[in-house]
Amino acid sequence: MVTLDAKIPEGPIAEKWDNHKFSVKLVNPANKRRFDVIVVGTGLAGASAAASLAELGYNVKVFTYHDSPRRAHSIAAQGGINASKNYRNDGDSVYRLFYDTVKGGDYRSREANVYRLAQVADDIIDQCTAQGVPFAREYGGLLANRSFGGAQVSRTFYARGQTGQQLLLGAYQALAAQIAVGKVTLYNRSDVLDIVTKDGEAAGIVTRDMLSGEVTAHSAHAVVLATGGYGNVYYLSTNAMQCNGSAIWRAHRKGALFANPCYTQIHPTCIPAADEFQSKLTLMSESLRNDGRIWVPRGFDESRAADQIPEDERYYFLEEKYPAFGNLVPRDVASRNAKTVVDEGRGVGPLSNGVYLDFAAARARDGVEAVKERYGNLFDMYERITGEDPYSVPMRIYPATHYTMGGLWVDYNLMTTVPGLYALGEANFSDHGANRLGASALMQGLADGYFVLPSTISDHLAPQLGNSPVPTDDPVFTEAIDTVNDRTRMWMNVKGTHGVEHYHRELGKIVWEHCGMARNEAGLQKAMSEIPALRDEFRKNVKVLGSPDGINTMLEKVNRVDDFMELAELKVRDALHRAESCGGHFREESQTPEGEALRDDENFAYVGAWEWNGEDAEPTLHKEHLEFEYVKLTQRSYK
Amino acid sequence: MTRMLNLKLRIWRQNGPDSEGAFLDIDAPGIPEDASFLEMLDVVNERLISDDIEPVTFDHDCREGICGTCGVMINGQAHGPEKATATCQLHMRKFNDGDEITIEPWQATSFPVLKDLMVDRRTLDRIVEAGGYISAPTGTAPDANEIAIPKEAAEMSMDAAACIGCGACIAACPNSAGQLFTAAKLAHLNVLPQGQPERWKRTEAMVETMEDFFGACTNHGECHEACPKEVPLDFIAMMNRDYVRSKVKNRSLASQ
Ligand SMILES: Cc1cc2nc3c(=O)[nH]c(=O)nc-3n(C[C@H](O)[C@H](O)[C@H](O)COP(=O)(O)OP(=O)(O)OC[C@H]3O[C@@H](n4cnc5c(N)ncnc54)[C@H](O)[C@@H]3O)c2cc1C
Ligand code: FES
Repeated sequence: MVTLDAKIPEGPIAEKWDNHKFSVKLVNPANKRRFDVIVVGTGLAGASAAASLAELGYNVKVFTYHDSPRRAHSIAAQGGINASKNYRNDGDSVYRLFYDTVKGGDYRSREANVYRLAQVADDIIDQCTAQGVPFAREYGGLLANRSFGGAQVSRTFYARGQTGQQLLLGAYQALAAQIAVGKVTLYNRSDVLDIVTKDGEAAGIVTRDMLSGEVTAHSAHAVVLATGGYGNVYYLSTNAMQCNGSAIWRAHRKGALFANPCYTQIHPTCIPAADEFQSKLTLMSESLRNDGRIWVPRGFDESRAADQIPEDERYYFLEEKYPAFGNLVPRDVASRNAKTVVDEGRGVGPLSNGVYLDFAAARARDGVEAVKERYGNLFDMYERITGEDPYSVPMRIYPATHYTMGGLWVDYNLMTTVPGLYALGEANFSDHGANRLGASALMQGLADGYFVLPSTISDHLAPQLGNSPVPTDDPVFTEAIDTVNDRTRMWMNVKGTHGVEHYHRELGKIVWEHCGMARNEAGLQKAMSEIPALRDEFRKNVKVLGSPDGINTMLEKVNRVDDFMELAELKVRDALHRAESCGGHFREESQTPEGEALRDDENFAYVGAWEWNGEDAEPTLHKEHLEFEYVKLTQRSYK
Repeated sequence: MTRMLNLKLRIWRQNGPDSEGAFLDIDAPGIPEDASFLEMLDVVNERLISDDIEPVTFDHDCREGICGTCGVMINGQAHGPEKATATCQLHMRKFNDGDEITIEPWQATSFPVLKDLMVDRRTLDRIVEAGGYISAPTGTAPDANEIAIPKEAAEMSMDAAACIGCGACIAACPNSAGQLFTAAKLAHLNVLPQGQPERWKRTEAMVETMEDFFGACTNHGECHEACPKEVPLDFIAMMNRDYVRSKVKNRSLASQ
């Protein structure tokens, strides 16, 4: 029987983290080398955790399906990373960052975790600067900041439009230093296909070498999953092509509860799809909303070019509806409003599937050079993709799936419901509630990896001093390897008619249609029957060519899509059960008269964590009730 | 209306590092000009799959020109004809109806072919492991504004750090030299105040590791031409100067 114990420390919120660090069991420096830790993932969360654990003295094995740890999806983050340094003297503080994050998450996150996140955020900026991350600077040589959606202070640190890349290089370089001294062993091009437990505790993993096809077991005293989000369940998203939910899904099947799978963030500023062959959607950083004005023609089915539409026929819908925040309202609000105007028939572009993001005012006010310095590389990217020059015509944007707030349930130590199994970064559910604020994912991934896990993992390890990890010839491992091999054989034998891509695309259509920006009971019910039907057809009729004994990208993908099929069903189930709107989860049945998300705190102020009961059984819902002692529950309003 | 292109492709196919390779000649009709180069390959692959032929293997991930995973030779040019553009960001509107396009993997002895268009670039990581970092264990950092960094230095560091590690510089070089990559990695850290304590040790170790794996630089400049991030050639001169100085500096540091 699972019980959800969040292990929130005692004391006033500002003292909880210190109290906790004092009360966790420690492993003394000389004994750290007697522990092995597996880290899966080398994104911001995984690379920072692996490097920091190795610096402490633990033996770390790190796994990634990329050819190099430097390539994780984190590298694509453009806009920036938050911290409440208050370098701008604009009234920022740890408390304000905490408050904004809880409010921005629409009161569906755990206060204690969010407060800690805000506390360690400043240390992240210090750490990254010391590593040589070239953050943007003012002429005096001190750090620059920008403001970001959902915040009224300037607290975002950035490195041109390449913040994720620079932060990841910092973490990767720290990791490389530990690889060089032998404290970290790197397994690149390694696909983790299962998580192994013994007597209910984490024992290790099973991997497939993506070059040779060899399936191997690895064991350790603790297993850390930092495997990113599952946004690609929608097929089209801003995530990198290889992002997938398999590691966390496999962990879920081994007993780790999956929390709030329905919370997905749809990002308002992406380039609209151009044709049916589109393989992914490209994000235009949200920082563009600082200077770009969003509008559509007031009239319907407009055919004039943007510059032919006079000012009074332009509908600046965010500025009109939300005068205080204007174009900087949180992502969910901006996205839904864009959907509304496009659905009304005001969409722009060849497929009428976008809204304008216009820099004419910024150019006139600050000059082309200033705009270029701030956004040059984003503008170049836009032009390469669309063939249009945003210095002379407005950009076209439309919302796309971007981030998944849901993930494995973790306690205050970042441990899942499987003892010894941890989840970090986008892979866990913590901190962002039902909606994530801009520039807060990088902050959370690095907080988890640099500062939280290295301080909490010893609580699990210390009592195991002197124990060896479960040997890899133990039946739990040999059976897990057999299961992986059986699954491979099964795919190779189907010899069906459609490739894997076909099924992924079909799944994406169902999930986007019924569990995307707006959801309702009838649609979700429909998805609940369509997804299992598609999954059955997929398992009977998918085509995987080639051999399992070597590089086989179809085989890699078939496992991922298979896991997405199950994950999608849980996501829809969760969306169906949560009959309220909150943050990125908008249930049409639950809205204010103005069309804003209407929460139901009486019935839904909890984390919904699902327990796997087997392929043919319904999962069980467990609830972690959320207490709000510091941030008063109010209806969000950005008017 | 989107323009459609009908193309003739020659794609390199090779089953493994030790197998013989050969070109596959294949027509690719009906490719929309708005598709990216990799989306064009996706379409070709879907057609191959429906004919029960294994799809062409190529490396890719972000498809936004930032992760450095993609990269093929397109008509003999690393990342193809568009300047400052990675393969995934190249769009078919840069081609004409009826074009013949030859697609091959990176060619460099230090990048062996793994399968079809996929190569092994692990040697780039070895260069970084040799010293491409600042030793600042987690928790030891002073306040980020304690050390002011002139904006110019931060900008120069960023110009170098923009390298995406794709390996195009090496693939484009007639000697398969690793100078531009290594110089970018060095300049990123060596121009910052935080990078000074390890500057000379880093330079010596990284340059020598580079020489273990890659060819010699004879100043062709093809690397810069192929670079999707236009990393400046000046960094190579900076690296060469630092390398010479590092020999002296490291000896005198050791004798202190
Ligand atoms: C385009 C874009 C822009 C963004 N911009 C911002 C921004 O400006 N600010 C911000 O705060 N956030 C931003 N985000 C969100 C943020 O980038 C991500 O949430 C964050 O980087 C996730 O980091 P991570 O370490 O959790 O996972 P990832 O970076 O996704 O890393 C996952 C790692 O796990 C490995 N892995 C996964 N599964 C397996 C497996 N089965 N076997 C082996 N290895 C595996 C992968 O190889 C990879 O190394 C952006 C996201 C996108 C898509
Ligand atoms: S796929 Fe990432 S740079 Fe091309």
